[in-house]
Amino acid sequence: MERTTIDLWVGLFVMMGLGALLVLAFKVGNLGGVDIGESYAVTANFSNIGGLKARAPVKSAGVVVGRVTDIRYDIENHEATVTLKLDKQYPFSRDTSASIMTSGLLGEQYVAIESGGDEVVLKEGDKLKITQSAVVLESLIGQFLYNKAADGGEKK
Amino acid sequence: MHSRIVKAVRRVGARVINAVWRFGVASRFLFLTLAYSGTSFSRLRLITREIFSTGVLSLIIILVSGLFVGMVLGMQGYDTLQRYGAAESLGVMVALSLVRELGPVVAALLFASRAGSAITAEIGLMKATEQLAAMEMMAVNPIARVVAPRFWAGVISMPLLAAMFSAMGVFGGYLVGVKLIGVDEGAFWSQMQNAVDFHQDIVNGVIKSFVFGIAVTAIALFEGYDAPPTAEGVSGATTRTVVTSSLAILALDFVLTAFMFRGEG
Repeated sequence: MERTTIDLWVGLFVMMGLGALLVLAFKVGNLGGVDIGESYAVTANFSNIGGLKARAPVKSAGVVVGRVTDIRYDIENHEATVTLKLDKQYPFSRDTSASIMTSGLLGEQYVAIESGGDEVVLKEGDKLKITQSAVVLESLIGQFLYNKAADGGEKK
Repeated sequence: MHSRIVKAVRRVGARVINAVWRFGVASRFLFLTLAYSGTSFSRLRLITREIFSTGVLSLIIILVSGLFVGMVLGMQGYDTLQRYGAAESLGVMVALSLVRELGPVVAALLFASRAGSAITAEIGLMKATEQLAAMEMMAVNPIARVVAPRFWAGVISMPLLAAMFSAMGVFGGYLVGVKLIGVDEGAFWSQMQNAVDFHQDIVNGVIKSFVFGIAVTAIALFEGYDAPPTAEGVSGATTRTVVTSSLAILALDFVLTAFMFRGEG
């Protein structure tokens, strides 16, 4: 099959287009991100999850060790049940505590977990017992105002 | 007085009927194009030549526009975001607006005016100079030989051009945001990678540009094929190609966006 210059240009064009798609997928998108290979899932109940979303990172000491995979409403306890998928290479003790934090003042929310002292490690399907809910800014301000008002009342 | 009103109503009615008629013919034309696509795939040379004239020749305008759109987004986005102390989110803003909307839409608009108008003018002139009729005389189906290769070339080129536009735009935003203004480079990329989802954002953007490619090329081909065989007719058809396909892109974009991003996430 004879070759023409047009073929060269078209080949270059198609390769550039596919290259741009790869750049978008790996450099701009999350396809090349920390993909958890082997993992185990644990659940945690929170009384308030604030703005936590599925796919939010799970961090321990600031390092991403997993992702939030599922958020459900627990009808019995009237709480939120959050499923965390943790990387197999990071074992955590059974009395690990989980809390919902915000990165920056208005940033996205993530789950911070802190390992405890127990010898037994968490395994698939376990439930974290010690949890701390998200800080809701409105209730914090409300509490602050309430305390101020109480202080003001005492002084008079 | 009475007859004038009747005449006006008749004229409006004739226009509506004519528009519906043309739409019907255009649908049949698109169907025929798809039905006669076999030859262009068994002779790929036909498609590569058209990819050269629609895709490769549109490359410069797409890349340069993408770069400038990205740079402007970087500046404007920084100006707005830094008021809320969120200048680090610049990468997210640039990437999401390019990948979801601006990439597919602006690239398709440029494609319609750069390549669509050329397709219409070419086919319109082929018709005016009776080349299409000559082909039929030689028992060559002009839809299989002329129309179908151009259709597939447009459909293949459009997503590639849109992807290049977006990638170039992100690079432009990076140049202005990180190199010129001094947003933190790590935050720029990592926040972008956290926020841009492959399936939700990038795949949907590609689907959009694919649909736009079909719409623009089909409109351009039909306008050319349907053009009155005169100089005036071809120029009118070229104008109609750009106007109709721009409107079609924007309308389709609204419909697709409504399906893809219903305010979730």
